[in-house]
Amino acid sequence: MNKILAGLIFGLILGAIDGATAWFYPETHSMMAAIMVGSSMKGMVVGILCGWFARKVQSTKWGIVVGSALGLGFAFFVAAMDTVNGRHPYVQIMLPGFVVGAITGFLTQRVRTPTRST
Amino acid sequence: MDLSDSVLDHLRHTAALPDLTGTRYELEGEIGRGGMGVVYRARDRDLDRRVALKVLDAEMEGEARLIARLEHPAIVPIHETGRLPDGRAFYAMKLVAGVRLDHYLAQAPSLAERLRVIRRVGEALAYAHTTGAIHRDLKPQNVMVGEFGEVYVMDWGMDAVAGTPGFRAPETRLDRFSDIYALGALLAFVLTSPGPQALAGPSALRAIAAKAMQADPAARYPDTTALLADIERFQEGLAVGAWAEPWGHRLRRFGSRNAVLLWLLAAYAGVKFVLFFLRNL
Repeated sequence: MNKILAGLIFGLILGAIDGATAWFYPETHSMMAAIMVGSSMKGMVVGILCGWFARKVQSTKWGIVVGSALGLGFAFFVAAMDTVNGRHPYVQIMLPGFVVGAITGFLTQRVRTPTRST
Repeated sequence: MDLSDSVLDHLRHTAALPDLTGTRYELEGEIGRGGMGVVYRARDRDLDRRVALKVLDAEMEGEARLIARLEHPAIVPIHETGRLPDGRAFYAMKLVAGVRLDHYLAQAPSLAERLRVIRRVGEALAYAHTTGAIHRDLKPQNVMVGEFGEVYVMDWGMDAVAGTPGFRAPETRLDRFSDIYALGALLAFVLTSPGPQALAGPSALRAIAAKAMQADPAARYPDTTALLADIERFQEGLAVGAWAEPWGHRLRRFGSRNAVLLWLLAAYAGVKFVLFFLRNL
């Protein structure tokens, strides 16, 4: 499978799952749809970038490192735009984003692309 | 005049050496003896290189023609065939610098290295079977491992040979299934040697060897490629077809194959749990 497409799919699914965990916080119930969409979009962008990186560099270790850095970076922007009770939820968004990015980076490295025949 | 035993032995030995008059080869020494002939180390005067010269005891030129037809990196190439002045047939082939598989295993190579040798042997067999040739006498003594790790399968397809005990299939008619049996026996040998008589090694590999060594040819692997595919699946951490894997073993294999992913998922669950717990404090 194309690594970029795989990254997009993994990022979308993981982002949606990560966003869905907001359901455990009652104060976010009114914003669930927006959180799900935002988290899925963030996951997709991280996944596409991870897939692009996986095409350039084939290393599980570096896939995890780059994935977690991207996840952390994009989660920072999301947290900076968001406020709960007047405070930015940096830890609540960046920590899971960091791990989800690492998972996305790992999965895109594990995707096997078919060898081209001449 | 009295001749001592050692002199007599020397005369007998010299008399037994083949007369290479009229050929381009000079005899340098004996390498080994088999049931169907003797292999000598010789020098090719024309090309100034060393070769292995097999002098056959009987009319076995078919063997040389058979091997000459097989072109594979794991099959020793034949340079020339011919006849000695005494009428015996011979063929010259590449001189392999290396050790027999049974001696190689005495160096206790890793499991991955042992399986690499088996796969190379299997690839040579698979290729030969596609040409209709069969080995008939696959055993550790007929596999050479070169000094750079190259693997050669020797002594192909003598009609008069019916295998070696321990590696010979029980059926009387030898075909590719008897080669698959011998390859299974070779795998079992490679797993246990040097070591105790009982089969050692991972259960999946033992099952692969056992399936290849089924008494009923129809119960063995349908071809060598299928056996090699099972070995490859084992090496990739996948389930092998020859073994009904217990659930506990299946879970352990899944865990070791996906350890990084499981750790990452556990980290995610841990982060979420801690954040949720801290929020409620």
